[in-house]
Amino acid sequence: MTEQNPTGISAETLIRLSAAQLAEKLAAGEVTAVQATQAYLDRIAAVDGQVNAFLHVNAEEALAVAAEVDAIRAAGGAEAEALHYLAGVPIAVKDLIVTIGQPTTAGSKILEGWHSPYDATVVERLRAAKMPILGKTNLDEFAMGSSTEHSAYGPTRNPWDLDRIPGGSGGGSAAAVAAFEAPLALGTDTGGSIRQPGAVTGTVGVKPTYGSVSRYGAIAMASSLDQIGPVTRTVLDSALLHQVIGGHDPRDSTSLPEPLADLVAAAKTGNVEGLRIGIIKELHGEGYQAGVENRFNDALELLKEAGAEIVEVSCPNFQYALGAYYLIMPSEASSNLAKFDGVRYGLRVLPEDGPMTIERVMGATRAAGFGDEVKRRIILGTYALSAGYYDAYYGSAQKVRTLVQRDFEAAFAQADVLISPTAPTTAFPLGEKLDDPLAMYLNDVATIPANLAGVPGLSLPGGLADEDGLPVGIQLLAPAREDARLYRVGAVLESLLEAKWGGPLLAQAPALGAVSLETQEAK
Amino acid sequence: MSTDEILSFDEAMEKYDPVLGFEVHVELNTKTKMFSSAPNVFGDEPNTNVNEVDLGMPGVLPVVNKTAIESSIKIGLALNCTIAESCRFARKNYFYPDTPKNFQTSQYDEPIAYDGYLDIELEDGTVFRVEIERAHMEEDAGKLTHMGGATGRIQGADFSLVDYNRAGVPLVEIVTKPIEGAGSRAPELAKAYVAAIREIVKNLGVSDAKMERGNVRCDANVSLRPHGRERFGIRSETKNVNSLRAVEHAVRYEIQRHAAVLSSGNPVVQETRHWHEDTRTTTSGRPKSDADDYRYFPEPDLVPVVASREWVEELRATLPEPPAERRKRLKADWGYSDLEFRDVVNAGVLDEIEETIAAGASASVARKWWMGEIVGRAKAADVDPGQLGVQAATVVELSRMVEAGKINNKMASQVLDGVLAGEGTPEEIVEKRGLAVVSDDGPLLEAIDAALAAQPDVADKIRAGKVQAIGAIVGGVMKATRGQADAGRVKELILEKLGVTA
Repeated sequence: MTEQNPTGISAETLIRLSAAQLAEKLAAGEVTAVQATQAYLDRIAAVDGQVNAFLHVNAEEALAVAAEVDAIRAAGGAEAEALHYLAGVPIAVKDLIVTIGQPTTAGSKILEGWHSPYDATVVERLRAAKMPILGKTNLDEFAMGSSTEHSAYGPTRNPWDLDRIPGGSGGGSAAAVAAFEAPLALGTDTGGSIRQPGAVTGTVGVKPTYGSVSRYGAIAMASSLDQIGPVTRTVLDSALLHQVIGGHDPRDSTSLPEPLADLVAAAKTGNVEGLRIGIIKELHGEGYQAGVENRFNDALELLKEAGAEIVEVSCPNFQYALGAYYLIMPSEASSNLAKFDGVRYGLRVLPEDGPMTIERVMGATRAAGFGDEVKRRIILGTYALSAGYYDAYYGSAQKVRTLVQRDFEAAFAQADVLISPTAPTTAFPLGEKLDDPLAMYLNDVATIPANLAGVPGLSLPGGLADEDGLPVGIQLLAPAREDARLYRVGAVLESLLEAKWGGPLLAQAPALGAVSLETQEAK
Repeated sequence: MSTDEILSFDEAMEKYDPVLGFEVHVELNTKTKMFSSAPNVFGDEPNTNVNEVDLGMPGVLPVVNKTAIESSIKIGLALNCTIAESCRFARKNYFYPDTPKNFQTSQYDEPIAYDGYLDIELEDGTVFRVEIERAHMEEDAGKLTHMGGATGRIQGADFSLVDYNRAGVPLVEIVTKPIEGAGSRAPELAKAYVAAIREIVKNLGVSDAKMERGNVRCDANVSLRPHGRERFGIRSETKNVNSLRAVEHAVRYEIQRHAAVLSSGNPVVQETRHWHEDTRTTTSGRPKSDADDYRYFPEPDLVPVVASREWVEELRATLPEPPAERRKRLKADWGYSDLEFRDVVNAGVLDEIEETIAAGASASVARKWWMGEIVGRAKAADVDPGQLGVQAATVVELSRMVEAGKINNKMASQVLDGVLAGEGTPEEIVEKRGLAVVSDDGPLLEAIDAALAAQPDVADKIRAGKVQAIGAIVGGVMKATRGQADAGRVKELILEKLGVTA
């Protein structure tokens, strides 16, 4: 039997609460932050050997923060009143985001053992809210991949089927949330790295409007595309977390100056009546798995029943988006990753023989420190930016980017929110696309346009595909700065779907090594 | 070191027409760096004025320094440039350990200021217009020190040390259009151009403008073409020529070197050259072609810099008086003749004289000191007068001592030597060297009595009214007091003693 806390909530139940539910129980004194944090640490100890979502577990600090929250609550008064709503609610952080006191690897050997001397802005904001940080989650090296198989520290596995990928690059954050190892996580999304893992693990993931959340302290892959966002089990939880991490940051010049809208209120609106929801003609149908298409159609049906107006829009330039993305992203990445040279921090490898020049030390370090996918993108990007090729590649890609933005503008003239499947397929088996980069890249076809245009996107669970019983993601897209619409529509669709399923989709996930008696006793 | 053949300058000029071009880097004196909040301070312990941004730590982002933009706009306006309404930074990608990100954030195809000009006045008053192509913003690199080699260069060094204090210091690079038509005055024009830039940025208050500290650094491009040919020759770029005299010498040397290469029928190699102050020659650096591929692309971490017309006009209104107009005003204020004033300008001591006057000296005294005493010493030491380290206050103190009769001019000159030798303040040196004019009448009267007794005939002549004969007695007194007597006072006392009124 699992240990009971005084008010009778088992650890098993505790870890399955949404962040909002946990926050309510913490505020009501039904559980303590230490109990909640310990329950998650126990869950990590029990199941992460199978899932490999975490690269680093930050137990001591997390428990200390939780204890501090409990002490403040117990003391009462103004300080307790001032506690953030999510104070004491634990969170996992993608290991692309720098943290004082824990290693940050970016999933790469080149940063093995490196500790950041500073906190990312989003981490500062988590600390200000007194949210215990459980640890750092696995990812494709430097966020380059769609399966988390490109991590230098071994792949993360999908809690729905341990032989399948959890999506990528943020497979660690999505799997941690799906496996109840954390109620919340941070991800980063450059071409779908929050949303596609969300889709294939049955979780909620949001890529905010570009500039809505500070990038300061997120190790850059492609600066003009990267965005930090929430990974959660409910739409409301994403809104709550977005509200914590979002808003202007003077250290990020691309951060939007205006204050965030009330995203939590948007998630609680509760209706979609009269909203025009646009199906993007180019982002479903051919190339999409039948089960994915079916669940997508179910979602449309529910939204229609709830009073939304479903319209069809066309975004003809989306067909070029993937190609443009795979020029812009590697171009920026080739420059962003130049700093990893063994001179100032991280791995340093000396050439085995020959002269010990700086160029050769840099070369040996980068040859040993970077994995194949990273090298592939650096080479692609270096080529695309080269004199004589710049106009044909980088220049053309930027033009496509403008065309994609115009497609969105035209589409948003006809619809308030756009909708599509998040990914063309459910989770594929580990190893299946590892040797076929192009097939891997195609998995991001529906998520990439939002990054190119800077518009926000949300993926939420749409049910299980008929043919394989694996989660399908539904993607909602809104105009830039209109993130609130995603939370409004997403929360309504979520509640309609859960009513249909009789509970959260994750309740249907197969049991992993549950919090067992042994691990409880080992505590 | 250099084995390059050179032609005489006159011969080079007979055969060829020089075309010049300059890239002058100006370090701005902002409180913080171009893209980070670390202090922009010269001379501190290595790697102390750095934060995570300057070190290119993972995850960092740049933020543009608004004061640096203002300074850049001011420079652009002072150079009669158009100020871009919107402009961007780019990344210049290359691997080198003095560049922490392995790219330099620099403006590339969208400079903040472009299409300007500067009228340069040469020593004889001729005015030469230099067209400005652009002034753009960029960040400085760190400083490498190569250890263990004989030359201090990376070749042959055992290892190198890097100081990132300078990494990220804001720079404005001012690029001229090709300068044609200077002929044999090219070296002089080169010096005058860099002097004018230095003067402008100093006058604007946007840079400390100390060339010896690298606040103003000049890359000089030189090419030659036969007289009458329109097409430019192949250029060399002499890097980091960091004093006004060196600019003049380097341009002269490169003209002579190019002329020798071309005369022998060979092509000039397009390359960078290193300037050597000791030998006043250049040596080959690295080959430079227009095809160097820095893979420039717009810096995605920064938004465009937007300079509203209102802002530009606000800044224009704050601009100080331009140096040329200032010179006109100073000449009138000081009452110098054309020749006197030109000498002062050419000697490069305008600022020093202005400071000295501001510190309390009269215009004529300030000129006398700088032109009569200090400029000569600077020439002897082969440095610019400003570099000698003579403070305006020192000059004022010296001149006051002379006026008060405490020391005479000859002694003052000795005191100045003492100041330059680091012996202390003028007062301390007077004390230490025992230079004070003897003003105690007691010892003087004794010496006078002795001198009169030694030359009774002269004393008689003076008594008889031949006052001009007094020189011999004064000379005797001065000799007896080893020159430390105030000659005027000695004269007074002698006349008094002999009962003669002058």
